[in-house]
Amino acid sequence: MELVNKWPKYYKQDVVTHYCPGCGHGIVHRIVAELLEEMDLGKQAYLVCPAGCAVLAYRYLDFDIIESAHGRGTAIATGAKRANPKLFVISYQGDGDLSAIGTAETIHSANRGENICVVFINNAVYGMTGGQMAPTSLIGQNTMTTPTGRNPEVDGYPLHITDVVAQFPGVTYAERVSVGTPAGIRKTKKAIRNAFQTQVDGLGYSIVEVLSPCPTNWKMDPVTSCKWIEEEMVKEYKPGLLTDKREERRKEKG
Amino acid sequence: MDKVFTSGNHCIAESAIRAGCRCYFGYPITPQNELGEYMAANMRKAGGVFLQSESETAAINMVIGAASTGTRVMTSSSSPGVSLKQEGLSFLAGFEFPAVIVNMMRGGPGLGNIAPAQGDYFQSTRGGGHGDYRTPVLAPASVQELADLTVKAFALADEYRTPILLLGDGMMGQMKEPVVFPEPITDLPEKPWALKGRGDGASRYQASLILDGLEMERHNWKLVRKYKEMAEKETLYELYMMDDADFVVVAYGTTARIAKGAIKRARKEGLKVGMVRPITLFPFPDKILQKVARQVKNFLVFEMSTGQMVEDVKLALDGLQTELSFHGRPGGVIPTPIEFSRVIHRYYRRM
Repeated sequence: MELVNKWPKYYKQDVVTHYCPGCGHGIVHRIVAELLEEMDLGKQAYLVCPAGCAVLAYRYLDFDIIESAHGRGTAIATGAKRANPKLFVISYQGDGDLSAIGTAETIHSANRGENICVVFINNAVYGMTGGQMAPTSLIGQNTMTTPTGRNPEVDGYPLHITDVVAQFPGVTYAERVSVGTPAGIRKTKKAIRNAFQTQVDGLGYSIVEVLSPCPTNWKMDPVTSCKWIEEEMVKEYKPGLLTDKREERRKEKG
Repeated sequence: MDKVFTSGNHCIAESAIRAGCRCYFGYPITPQNELGEYMAANMRKAGGVFLQSESETAAINMVIGAASTGTRVMTSSSSPGVSLKQEGLSFLAGFEFPAVIVNMMRGGPGLGNIAPAQGDYFQSTRGGGHGDYRTPVLAPASVQELADLTVKAFALADEYRTPILLLGDGMMGQMKEPVVFPEPITDLPEKPWALKGRGDGASRYQASLILDGLEMERHNWKLVRKYKEMAEKETLYELYMMDDADFVVVAYGTTARIAKGAIKRARKEGLKVGMVRPITLFPFPDKILQKVARQVKNFLVFEMSTGQMVEDVKLALDGLQTELSFHGRPGGVIPTPIEFSRVIHRYYRRM
C-alpha cells in the first residue's frame, strides 16, 4: 500500500508547537512547507517571519529563515531578493504587522512589484500581545482594546489592505482565502501555489490573505472559531481572487 | 592612480563601490543627497543594486535583508533620517550583521537645519537604538580620509560582524578636495553565516529574539567582548603637533580641521599647542589621552555641539590631575580658525 500522507520534508519533526489549540498558523506553515517540497523550492527558500506569534516559525520550518522587526518584513524581503535574486523569498506576516505598523512597507513593496510572495495571516486581532484590536478587527468585535466592541467612530473601520494593493499595476497576483474549512484549506494551498509560481516565473509581487482562526484571543473554542470565520469574517473579507495579472505580465516580458 | 577632485558625498559612494558594496538603499535628505544620486548613476553599472526606499526605516530594513545574504551593503542619511534608522541599527547589532551606515550630521534637534553640526555624537557612540549595544563610529576629517575610512568601514563590519557608522557632517559631505581612490576590491571575505538558501545542507535562521534571559545576557556580553577587542586593535587617532605641546586640543571631524588652522595661528604666536584627533569615536581613544595627560595637564575640547564628546574626554581623564575646558558651537554654526585661536589664547593664558 502506498503511503499518501507523508511528513513534509521542510517541516521539522519531533518539535512541540507553541501555537495554541486551533490556531491557523500550523495549517499555513504546513502548506508552505508542502509547496516548497512539491515545487522544489526549499533549497533556495528564504522566509521572513514577523514579530508576532509566527516569529518562532523557524522552530518548525526547515529552510533558511530570518526574523523581522514589527512591520518590516517586505523591506527585508526586498533587500534579500534584490541582493540575491536566486533566493525564493517569502514574507510571512500578520494583520497588525502588515496593515498597521508595516503599512508603508507593504504598500511600497507591492507598488514596486518586488518579485516576492507575501503570506498574510488575517485573524482580526493582535495575537502575541494578547488580543488587542487590529486594523482588520470587525466592527463590533470585542478585543482587549475595544472592550465594548470596535466602534468605527473612535476606532476606524476594518482595513482591506489586500484589496488596496491588488489595484496596483505592480501586484501580479492577489487572492483572499480562508482556512476555516477543509475546502478553504485546499483553496489556500492552490492560491499560495499560484503566488509561489508567480515569483518562480519572475512575474512580480504576489500576496495571499488567509483568514485564520485565533481561538485564544477570540475567546472561542476551535470549532466555533472556524464557524466565526465562515459566518462573520467572510462577510467583511470576501474570499476570492482579487487580481491576476500573470498573463499580462508574461506578455510584457515577452 | 590619479588624483581626482570630488565632493565628500560622491567620494563615499565611489569608495563604497570600490570596496565591493553591491547594494545601496536610501532616502533623500539634505545634506547628503549627492551620495544617493551618485549611487543611482553608478551602482547599477557596477552590477549592484540601487533602490530609493519609501522611508529611512524601510531603507535600513532593506539593508538588513541584503546584509543577511552576505552582500556588502550601505545606507546613508542625515540626522533626522538616522533617528529613523535606529530601529534597524539595533537589529543589525542584535543579528550581528555587517553594514555601513553614513550620517552626514546637520543641526538639530527636530528638523533643525541643513548646516553642518556634531549633535549626533551621543546617538552615534551610545548605541542610538534600544537595547544593550554600541555602534563603532569612524569620523573622517578630509575627503581623502572619507575614501580610506569607507573602505575600512566595510572591512571592519565584515571582520567584527557589526554595523559601522561613518560619521561626517554637512561640511564633510559638500566640500570638494583632491582624492586618490582606493583600488577596487574583488576579493571579499567568505561569510559562512549568511543566508543563501539551505541547498543540500542544514537550514539556518537569523534572529535577534532570544527569549531565554541567561542566553540573552550571554549575547550581550559577547557583544561587549567584540567591542573590547575592537578597542584594542582598531582604535584610531591622529596626533597633531604634539611633540612639544603643553596644551592639547581634542576635536574630531570638521571641527578638528578648523582647530588645525587655529593651532597653526597659535603656534606662530609661540603657544605650544597640539591636538589629539579621535578618528574612531567608539571605541574612543582614551588610552592616548591618558598617555598625553602624563605630560600635558590642560585639555580643551572643541565641538560643533553643546558638549558631547567632552564627556568621553572627561571619562578618559577621570582621576588624572588635568584641567578640562570646552568650547562648542551647536546648531549649524561653523566656527572659524580665528575664533578657535582666540579661545586657545584665553585658556592658554590661564595655565
